[in-house]
Amino acid sequence: MGTHATTQAANAHLTTPTRLTGAEIVWATLYGEGVTDVFGYPGGAILPVYDALRKFPIHHTLVRHEQGAAHMADGYARASGKVGVAMATSGPGATNLVTGIATAMLDSIPIVCITGNVSSKVLGTDAFQEVDITGITLPVTKHNFLVSRPEDIAPAIRHAFQIARSARPGPVLVDITKDAQQGTAIFDFAAAAPPPHRPHPMRRVEVSALDQAAELIRNAQRPVILAGHGVIESGAGEQLLSLAERAQIPVALTLLGLGGFPASHSLNIGMMGMHGESWVNHAIQDADLLIACGMRFDDRVTGATATYALKAKKIHIEVDPSEINKNIKVDVALVGDLAQVLDQLLPRVATRNGAAWLKTIEASKGAVAVHDIKNLPDSGHLYAAHVMHDLWHITGGDAIIVTDVGQHQMWEAQYFHHERPRTLITSGGLGTMGFGLPAAIGAKTACPDKEVWVIAGDGGFQMTAAELATIVQEGLKVNIAIVNNGYLGMVRQWQEFFYERNYEATPLVSPDFVKLADAHGLPGRTVRTRTELDQAVAVARAAKGAFLLNIHVEKEDAVYPMIPAGNALHEMIRRPGKKPLDKPAGNK
Amino acid sequence: MLHTFIAYVDDKPGVLTRVASLFRRLNINITSLTVGRSERDGLSRMTIVCEASAEAGHRIRASLFKLENVVDVDDIAQAPNVTRELALIKVAVTKELRSQIFELVEVFRARIVDLTAESLMIEMTGVESKIEGLIEILRASDCCILELCRSGKMTMRRSHHVSSVVRAMSVPANESEEPRPVDEDAPALPQ
Repeated sequence: MGTHATTQAANAHLTTPTRLTGAEIVWATLYGEGVTDVFGYPGGAILPVYDALRKFPIHHTLVRHEQGAAHMADGYARASGKVGVAMATSGPGATNLVTGIATAMLDSIPIVCITGNVSSKVLGTDAFQEVDITGITLPVTKHNFLVSRPEDIAPAIRHAFQIARSARPGPVLVDITKDAQQGTAIFDFAAAAPPPHRPHPMRRVEVSALDQAAELIRNAQRPVILAGHGVIESGAGEQLLSLAERAQIPVALTLLGLGGFPASHSLNIGMMGMHGESWVNHAIQDADLLIACGMRFDDRVTGATATYALKAKKIHIEVDPSEINKNIKVDVALVGDLAQVLDQLLPRVATRNGAAWLKTIEASKGAVAVHDIKNLPDSGHLYAAHVMHDLWHITGGDAIIVTDVGQHQMWEAQYFHHERPRTLITSGGLGTMGFGLPAAIGAKTACPDKEVWVIAGDGGFQMTAAELATIVQEGLKVNIAIVNNGYLGMVRQWQEFFYERNYEATPLVSPDFVKLADAHGLPGRTVRTRTELDQAVAVARAAKGAFLLNIHVEKEDAVYPMIPAGNALHEMIRRPGKKPLDKPAGNK
Repeated sequence: MLHTFIAYVDDKPGVLTRVASLFRRLNINITSLTVGRSERDGLSRMTIVCEASAEAGHRIRASLFKLENVVDVDDIAQAPNVTRELALIKVAVTKELRSQIFELVEVFRARIVDLTAESLMIEMTGVESKIEGLIEILRASDCCILELCRSGKMTMRRSHHVSSVVRAMSVPANESEEPRPVDEDAPALPQ
């Protein structure tokens, strides 16, 4: 962080228009936008910007790979609700960001990526480390800018922040040529403000639609609220709670919605979709009204759309007009910010008695809960479900959990119960392996006082394991739990179910992760039993710095229940050892 | 079905790519696309024609609006409109056949805009079917089409933006709302 002098100077730039270099304008504008942390990697075409960093009170985290920078900015944004910032040089630096940008795009996460590019005079000549990054990222950003004049830098960056955080958030990239960084211009922060955000003209909430929605709620016998990521992005948790409690409507959550409605609340029935519990998916299939709040009927939550919730009328509250009727046809669309729409809807909703329907759902759980793996006695085998359950139990559910992608991610969603928004950080839409470790670094940077755990599989962890060195360099206290089963587990599970157990390319040799940690100067422990787990988690939490747990779990365990892709929501593969309520589905 | 969208977009580099990329992503082929300056400073007007399912119209329009450089989008759908296309057709023609082409051009109310010893150029404005008609007859004739250039459709709603018309003409609303009948297939006015 900068000194008092740099802070004073940076503040002065914001109020007094001054001639600065383009590179200085980059930092001055970021500072003006409230940025305190940037994740990046220097290189030739962005060097002028790095040279100017010393004059500004902004902390830069050096990553080990630019993909990590984008994921860190993403994790930072998810944990804090602020815009995350990543920086990279031209060419390979910029292309390495792309997976991270796409991850943020698919999950609507506000990040701004700043890349350097070759001088404007040689743009388009295949100069050294030149790549058309605005062209490449066009489909995976909300918008991007190519800036070739110093006077355009501040307006572009300010506009980028506005776009990233407005309406449905998302990533924005600003590509700045080297000559624009080296040239000078008058920096006038106020004058560089973007034009007022132009609301999408199709984003509107008709009074008649509100009345219609209220009418549907009043008349529903078996309503279910489907709460998604929009609850968290819009900050609509309170309104959602009011709606659910007033009308006594059970709430099912999407993966990215977890934390948007307290897990311990009696109306929370759990996660829906491909790995949702049977009673949740059955409740949706049997419902006569679905109230979708900030979710987009992704194929992972609907199963086959042709058989999805056929008995239900559907109300869709969504900020993005292009989501209406995209996957599922709805009866009433309320297109707007979720919190605002619910504020308008709530006065129209009266208290109602939902006891009968809630009782039906409760009864449909039957003995399912008893068969949960977490309730099985300790047979000496360690199951990933135990790991998630115990982590939840020991941390009091209060930590920020950052997952990677795969089986462990689903087990986390099933067995770690999130009470508050922004306590689960996970790549849902793009399902990016390697997301966990860097995103956890971003989350810890945003929330240094929170306990942060990254849970990753042995496969995904190795994709971005180089960021261990970033943790060390930054001195961050991030606890790492590697759920190690020696396979690319989720792919192996699909091979088991749908490819006749042909485990092609899924058995995985890994390094000794504890030794790997040791090589980085980080302590770690290997865990093989449930007793060891409890102790190891305690030791990890008590450790001053980062701590790595290499947790060996049952190798060929699968995530249940599971809806095979393309099956109806109620056609689940159930947990083994349990009388199946539904026939296991065929290959899809 | 055939969809026609009118889009007002920033007149800036890369905007065409953003619009085109949206259709590419949806795997929708753009049948025709015309772009040019509009009555609004700094904004170009696009007429985009594409073949897509009936339900796709809403999503395309909503997605177009999400593009930062797109200022306004209109889905013409089945609304009353005037649609025109411009064609330039270069035909190889000998002296003997010239008069035959002249007659044809007269019937179609097209124009000869260039004439050399061995070729001539026809300019024609009209609805798609009329242009197709001329091309078909030329192909069936003894002369050979050397080059064919078509602009793609340009579309404007009929008597639509009533309030802006009223503002522009500063006349009471009830007068301006009077429909002005123009027959779509009427011959183009002499130019």
